Amino acid sequence: MRHTNRPISTAVSAETIERELADGLALPSDAVARYALGLGDDALILAQRLGEWIARAPELEEDVALGNIGLDLLGHARSFLTYAGSAWGRTEDDLAYFRDEAEFRNHQLFERPNGDFAHTIARQLIASVYFDALYARLQASSDPTLAAIAAKAVKEVEYHLDHSVQWVRRLGLGTDVSHERMQAGLDAMWPFVDHLFRPDRGAAELEGVAVPPQSLRDVFDRTVPAVIAEAGLQVPGIPGARGGGRDGVHTEAFGHLLAEMQVLARAHPGATW
Amino acid sequence: MVMATDDDRRAWELAAGVCDPEVPVLTIEDLGVLRAVHVEGEDEDARVRVEITPTYSGCPAVDAIRDDIVSVLSRAGYRDIDVRTVLAPAWTTDWMSESGKAKLEAFGIAPPGQRAGSGRDGRVELGFGIRCPQCGSLHTRELSHFGSTSCKALYVCQNCSEPFDYFKAH
Repeated sequence: MRHTNRPISTAVSAETIERELADGLALPSDAVARYALGLGDDALILAQRLGEWIARAPELEEDVALGNIGLDLLGHARSFLTYAGSAWGRTEDDLAYFRDEAEFRNHQLFERPNGDFAHTIARQLIASVYFDALYARLQASSDPTLAAIAAKAVKEVEYHLDHSVQWVRRLGLGTDVSHERMQAGLDAMWPFVDHLFRPDRGAAELEGVAVPPQSLRDVFDRTVPAVIAEAGLQVPGIPGARGGGRDGVHTEAFGHLLAEMQVLARAHPGATW
Repeated sequence: MVMATDDDRRAWELAAGVCDPEVPVLTIEDLGVLRAVHVEGEDEDARVRVEITPTYSGCPAVDAIRDDIVSVLSRAGYRDIDVRTVLAPAWTTDWMSESGKAKLEAFGIAPPGQRAGSGRDGRVELGFGIRCPQCGSLHTRELSHFGSTSCKALYVCQNCSEPFDYFKAH
């Protein structure tokens, strides 16, 4: 017997399912799909970067931790991309494997190379605070699918946030070398922070559905500098980078990431595993 | 909730026997992963619709569970089987049955403890002691936030020195 992966259902009750079955699953509008695509790409690309740590982390526990965090993010990505793709008749795999660089909408922060462990932790701190604030608000979205994905994701990213905060403290307050490297990690990631909170035309048109990115800046400014200060580190004074992933503008490192992520699916189109 | 019929209950019993591939002592009913089973039509034309919810968003066990449900229901004669993944309401360890918790502990995995406060709602977040499934001591500590699967953390008992998995309260 064959059965296929269906689009994520958002059934909250049997009555909702009845209605969905009668009407066919509710498909997102093009604007909602484009918004979901950006969120899906953020989670997918960071998951891919975290996967690169597997078998290379400084200790076994961290190998497992970064792999687990990546797996949660991949779950979020699959939900968002499946939903986005349903508007265009494309599957999550079509979107992940058969788009080129300029078609991806992820923020540049998530594609930054892993660097050393401290660079990765700096990126994780920024990412986890951002995801936590975003999903905490998106779970109140008037779009039931986005709300359901966010309500599930927020419980998971809370745990990721805890992991990165602990490591920033440990490295910042550890040895001279760990302190120096943690600071270097923050400095390297900082130029990509502003992108996360830039007003977004697509989100602005989806009042009640999307979370305006600029509305999350406040939470970030209240939490991240405090974590950095507690760890005896300095909030970097480095200006933001130009360009932005939401417009399809990416850094050089991104092409290399995609090559590795997509090679198998492109070499064997239609293969399933 | 639609009233459960005898057919629904029979199909539920079948699906409820499927075990989690990573924690084979627990059924998907014990875990709270099985949310609903509904049968429409009769005999040859019966259509069975099953709803499951993932524990964690990326949990790879979902695919195995879906295949196992299809397989157990087709062996029982159902031909039109629709297994759906629902995300809302989000899964919580509060849905784990008491018998499931007891089975976990007997298997050597500390069951999820109680949760109090989340930090987010302004209440103080409390961590309760995790009991060692080997010797029963509460003198244990977290070795790693993350464990062998998404749902577990790694602990060690400071009384009997045995490391053990803890099924995280979520």
